[in-house]
Amino acid sequence: MESNAGFIAMTGPARALNTVGGQVTWQSAAFGAIAAGLMSMFLVGRHTRAEEESGRDEMLRAAAVGRQSTTAAAFLTALVANTVLGAAVALSLIAYPLELADSLALGVGVALCGFFFSGVALLSAQLTSTTRAMYGLTGAVIGLAYALRAIGDVGSPVLSWMSPIGWYQAMHPFSGLRWWPALLLVAASVVAAGAAYVVFLRRDYGSGVFAARPGPPRAARGLSRPAGLAWRLQRGTVLGWGIGMFLGGVGYGTLGDDVDSLLGDSDLAKDMFVQSGGALVDAFYSTMILTLALIGAGFAISSALRPHGEEDAGRVEALLSTALRRRDWLLGHVLVTVAGTVLVLLVAGLGMGVGYALVTGDGEAVADYVLPTLGHLPAVLVLAAVARLMFGVVPRAAFLSWLGLVFCLVVMLFAEVFRMPQWLQDVSPFEHLALMPAEDFAWAPFVAVTAVAVALSVAGQIAFHRRDVG
Amino acid sequence: MADTSVIEISGLVKSFGAHRALDELDLEVSRGEIHGFLGPNGAGKSTTIRVLLGLLRKDSGDVRLLGGDPWHDAADLHRRLAYVPGEVNLWPGLTGGEVIDLLGRLRGGLDEGLRAELVERFELDPTKKARSYSKGNRQKVALVAALASDVELLLLDEPTSGLDPIMESVFQDYVDAFRDRGNTVLLSSHILAEVERLCDRVSIIRTGRCVESGTLGELRHLTRTSVTAELARPPEGLADMPGVHGLWLDGNRAMFEVDTVDLDRAVGVLHRAGIVSLTSQPPTLEELFLRHYGDEITESPEAEASA
Repeated sequence: MESNAGFIAMTGPARALNTVGGQVTWQSAAFGAIAAGLMSMFLVGRHTRAEEESGRDEMLRAAAVGRQSTTAAAFLTALVANTVLGAAVALSLIAYPLELADSLALGVGVALCGFFFSGVALLSAQLTSTTRAMYGLTGAVIGLAYALRAIGDVGSPVLSWMSPIGWYQAMHPFSGLRWWPALLLVAASVVAAGAAYVVFLRRDYGSGVFAARPGPPRAARGLSRPAGLAWRLQRGTVLGWGIGMFLGGVGYGTLGDDVDSLLGDSDLAKDMFVQSGGALVDAFYSTMILTLALIGAGFAISSALRPHGEEDAGRVEALLSTALRRRDWLLGHVLVTVAGTVLVLLVAGLGMGVGYALVTGDGEAVADYVLPTLGHLPAVLVLAAVARLMFGVVPRAAFLSWLGLVFCLVVMLFAEVFRMPQWLQDVSPFEHLALMPAEDFAWAPFVAVTAVAVALSVAGQIAFHRRDVG
Repeated sequence: MADTSVIEISGLVKSFGAHRALDELDLEVSRGEIHGFLGPNGAGKSTTIRVLLGLLRKDSGDVRLLGGDPWHDAADLHRRLAYVPGEVNLWPGLTGGEVIDLLGRLRGGLDEGLRAELVERFELDPTKKARSYSKGNRQKVALVAALASDVELLLLDEPTSGLDPIMESVFQDYVDAFRDRGNTVLLSSHILAEVERLCDRVSIIRTGRCVESGTLGELRHLTRTSVTAELARPPEGLADMPGVHGLWLDGNRAMFEVDTVDLDRAVGVLHRAGIVSLTSQPPTLEELFLRHYGDEITESPEAEASA
């Protein structure tokens, strides 16, 4: 497994994996750094640019506080939060017990990554003029740091040395610890925060260095069609989920035929995957595909709840006071939900094929996992249709439709453990569909579950047609 | 139905759970008038407008809008009207210009010349994303979309609460012009100066009922005029006169309020005492309003405290 390029790209250089410390470092360092980065980004963003954008900061600044105080306070909050995070990491490893110095290094490293990304977030908050742009810029830096070390770790070490996350991993905790790369992180954090301070002193309140990009002064033709509007509102979510699901698929796919070694000698694991019959690799991928489909259901439900979000935000009244019919407005969103779900599942399957082909060199495998993933489409749409029904009948409780996904997850993961009665398992729409590629595709359940989804969706649309709006 | 009535509501009831938001409300708006719709927050103005838009379903009563049923014929009726809510919520990712086009086209089309003119008069930057607009600018977007639409009825629910006085006067000019083309406006507001300036008739509602309706002149007729007079000698019989309220006498000076129907006789009494100087003020809309709500305004702090 440690020779698997996919894993190394995902987590980092594989060192001392035969020790607990080595495993912990390998599996958690990169993701820990990203988590610290995102936490810092949101902490800093919420207290600086978001406050400034909303105008709340203006009241504070008008009071008897220094002009730097809110910015400084936000940065300090992020530093404290990262220190707490680092301390928690170090203490939990020391308590395990693992070596003191190495445990400390793993904690210090994640905190320093957090410091660096806090500095970047603070700088972004000065450069951009909207909260969204600030999150976009900071997120891009975090993503770049991750990607540089991913490529670097697989083949060109120079790139890893250009990434703060790479510096953290270059401290080599539990495999020949060295402290000096931490200095790089300290220096970079100081530079980022210093740059933020310099820009802060030079910019006007409420503005950034990059002006907000003006948008089109006129609407495109398609915008005033219900589906066009729904697509415009949801396209960011669809594309985001599409990219995420593709990468998730690639991640699973790069396991290639290493499934054997991944499962190791664990009989339980083998039992779990082989029970459905067929070869181990097929059985493994069938389960992974089901997992991807369940994750994809997250998109389907959130997309089906989008009309509810629009109503909650008070944006539906103005639309429905025009000649736009209620039915057409909702149908536009239904169309985007269904098409978006197809797309998200399709790219997840495609990603899996691409990942598999990359590792095994079997180029023909690229399309092999697309149909198996789409085989779960009816069940995913049932969950979306439940959300639509809730939106139509009891909009205030619509968020409860997430419980449908939770239930299906519980059935998939724990039905055996809990000895769940068969009739209860059968409530999950996923239980009725073929687990491809281990099982053969079956038309009858595919059509039947699709019919259930359509019926629930139509019921929800009719209910919406009859109720009060707003 | 009569061709002159654009909105005809009688006995409209709408409840939300146990709360009776509209309690047998009556309202009539004729073609070609700007009709003021007055009442404090929570009186039922917005609920009434939402019923008219077919967003809310009435419990009972009769509602006719442009000769149709606002619930069943919603989309068709909406081609002939435009609506501006008090709280304008826009899509943060769309520009103001896009929203104007979106709403306008969904209503059936915009007058391009008027659109350009309104964007300029309201000093609106149509290339900015809605997330960066202030409340006033969001309201301008909705107003431009409504005023540039080719419709015969405007439903305006406190449309100017975020506008500055200059923009407010721009708004008034365009609403006047809209009416002068023979169209109709229902203007819900509690900016009384705006209502006095614009409206031909007003209806005052309170806790879901219409308590007063008529032209401003008619409403004034029902209320009191304040009179302050300096006289040659103390007036006689003023204290016993029906229709005189809150009399304050200090030698030759008198201050009182008098029901408008009794104004002539009261001035007669003053005349006999020899008028040296006289000021009389017709009731302002504010006084009219306070007369209907005065008790509620004084009660409201307790109501809030108990809530």
